[in-house]
Amino acid sequence: MNILNVLRVSYRSLARNKLRSFLTMLGIIIGVAAVIAMLAIGQGASDAVKQQIAGLGTNVVIVFPFASSQGVVRFQAGATSRLTESDADAIRAQCPAVKYVTPVVRVVAQIIAGTQNWQTQVMGVYPDFEQIRNWPVQAGSYFTDSDERTAQKVCVLGQTVANNLFGTGSIPLGATVQIRDLPFKVIGVLSSKGQSSMGQDNDDIVIAPFSTVQQKLSGTIYANMLFASAISSEAVNTAVDEITQFLRIKHNLRPWQQNDFTVRTQTEIASTADATTKTMTLLLASVAAISLIVGGIGIMNIMLVSVTERTREIGIRMAVGARGGDVLTQFLIEAVSLSLAGGIIGVVLGVFTSRFVSDIQHWPVVISPQSIGLAFAFAAIIGIFFGWYPARKAANLNPIEALRYE
Amino acid sequence: MEEPIISVKHLMKIYKMGDVEVHALRGINLEVNKGEFTAIMGASGSGKSTFMNIIGCLDTPTSGEYLLDGVAVANLDRDELAKLRNVKLGFVFQAFNLLPRTTALENVELPLLYSNNHSASQRRDRAMAALEAVGLAERAGHYSNQLSGGQQQRVAIARSLVNDPVVILADEPTGNLDTRTSVEVIEIFQKLNDKGITVVLVTHEPDIAQFAGRNIVFRDGKVSKLIEVENRKIAAEELPKIPLPMDEIEP
Repeated sequence: MNILNVLRVSYRSLARNKLRSFLTMLGIIIGVAAVIAMLAIGQGASDAVKQQIAGLGTNVVIVFPFASSQGVVRFQAGATSRLTESDADAIRAQCPAVKYVTPVVRVVAQIIAGTQNWQTQVMGVYPDFEQIRNWPVQAGSYFTDSDERTAQKVCVLGQTVANNLFGTGSIPLGATVQIRDLPFKVIGVLSSKGQSSMGQDNDDIVIAPFSTVQQKLSGTIYANMLFASAISSEAVNTAVDEITQFLRIKHNLRPWQQNDFTVRTQTEIASTADATTKTMTLLLASVAAISLIVGGIGIMNIMLVSVTERTREIGIRMAVGARGGDVLTQFLIEAVSLSLAGGIIGVVLGVFTSRFVSDIQHWPVVISPQSIGLAFAFAAIIGIFFGWYPARKAANLNPIEALRYE
Repeated sequence: MEEPIISVKHLMKIYKMGDVEVHALRGINLEVNKGEFTAIMGASGSGKSTFMNIIGCLDTPTSGEYLLDGVAVANLDRDELAKLRNVKLGFVFQAFNLLPRTTALENVELPLLYSNNHSASQRRDRAMAALEAVGLAERAGHYSNQLSGGQQQRVAIARSLVNDPVVILADEPTGNLDTRTSVEVIEIFQKLNDKGITVVLVTHEPDIAQFAGRNIVFRDGKVSKLIEVENRKIAAEELPKIPLPMDEIEP
C-alpha cells in the first residue's frame, strides 16, 4: 500500500472518532504548550538576569562585609566586620590593579519636592560610581570629588524619582528636594536602566555624595559595601587578590582566621544567577516534559483500545491482502498523526500562553525557535515510541482469530 | 491435462492446546480444477474450516503439500501469504465482514489498495465493474450498515472478485441469510462460475450443496466422500419457486 493511501485510511479512522481523537491529543497539546511556555519564561528570566548583571558595569568587584563563619560560629551579615570609607580610600591607594573604588552607604528616605513626595533609596557614593557602574547622567552632571569631600547637599535623581516628583519627562536641574527635611540641590538626572528581572525598578534611586549621606542621613561610619573596578578584565582576579590581601592586613586577621568580608566579581555573580535560572528552567521544563510523557501514555492507551476494538477490521484487511507492515504503518501513522497534530496545536497554545503570561505578569519571555523545534520533535518521538507497541500488536494479529473476533 | 488450481497432498494440521494435540486434518488429498464449483460439506469439527483457512492462505499446514495455481504455499511466510491472498484469492465470509462506516464502493476497492499497482481511477472503475457484476452498482455510495444482509453479502462477493482471483473461497456464505436471499447469493456464484471463475464453497446445508457441481464431504479430518452432483440445481430456476416474503420485497 502506498503512503498516500495509508495516510488516507489513517485519517479516516481518526475522523470517525473525532472526540476521542481530540481528547487523546489533549495530553500532547498540554505537554507541548507547557514545555514551550516554561522554556520561554525560563529563557526570559535568564536573559533578564544576565542583562541586569551586565548593567552592573564592567570589571566590577564588590566587597561585602560578610563573615561566612568564624570556626564553627556563624554570624549574620555585618555582625563582625565593618567596612569603612578608609578601607575604600586605602584600596584605591594600595591596590594597583584597582582603577576605581567607592564605598556605598544606603538609606531609605522620604523625598519631598513641592507638594509631591516619594519614598526611595538614597545611595551615598564617590563620583567613581559613574565609571564603576557604567551609569552616566542623562542631563546635568555627577557631583565632584570636592563636593564629596565637603559633604555638599547635592544629588542626582534616578528617572523614576524625577518622574514622580516633577512629572514625567521633566529635567528638574537646579531644583531643591527635601530628603529627611534636609534640602538637596538636584544637579543631574541619571539615564534609565529600566526594570530588573526581579521586578525592581533600577531607576528608583537617588545618588548623593558618600560623606553627605553618611554624616547627614545614615549617621554611621560604616559602609554597606564597596564597589570597585579593575583596570582591565584580565586584572579582575588580580584585583580580587590584592583587595583580599590588603583587607586581611588592614583588619588584623591572623592567618588561621577566615575573611570577615566577601569579595565577589561580576562574573561570579553572573554565573551564580545563571546557574539559578538554569536550574529553575530545567525544573519547570522537566515537569512539563513529564506531562508530555503522560500524554504519550494516553496515546498508547487509546491506540491499544483502538486495536482491540478494530480487531475484526484488521482481520478483514489481512484477509484481502494487507501485510503486517501495512497494518503496522497504518496504526503507527494514526499514533504519530495524533501526536503531531497535538504538537502543532500545543506550539500555538504554548506561544499564546507565553505571551499571555508576559502581558499579565510582566515577566520577560523569550520564545526560541529551538524550544519549539525541541517540543515538536519530542512530540513526534513520543508518537512513534508509544504508537509502536499497539501498532506492533495489530500487525502481529493472527488473521483467522482476528476475523473471528466479536 | 490442465493444471489443477488447488492441489493438496497429505495435508496435516495439528493444533496444540496445552498438552493435548488436536488432529484437525489427518492427511487430505484433493484437487480442484479450473472452472469447478465445489462445495465442501461436513459436520462442525470435521476439519472443513481448518481446510478452508489453509487453502485460503490464512493458515499454514503442519505437514503436507499445497499448490495454489502452481505456487507451493506450505512454507511461505506471513507477508508472502498476504501477497497470495491479495493476488490469487477472493474471500466471502458468513458474517459478510465489510468495513463498518465505509461505502460499498470503498469496501470493494479494499483489495486493490493493498496491491499497489492501480491508480485511484482504475480502482474505482474496477470496483464499479465488480459491483455491476453482482447487481449493486446503484448502491455503490451506500454505507455497509445501510444495506440488507443479502446486499452486504453481494458487496462482499464483489470485493472477492475485484482482483480477478483464480479462486473464490466462500465460507458458509448463506449461513446468516434466509432461504430466498441464500438462493439469490448462490445465483451470483453460479453466474460467476459460468463465466469461468473457480468457486469453493463451505456449507453444512445439503440444499445449498446441491447447487455445486461436486461435493466433498469431510469427516474427522479426512475426506470421507467425493460426490459428483447429479441433477445439479440452477439457482435462477429455483428462485421463482420460493415465495417472496411480503415484508421483504426489495426493489
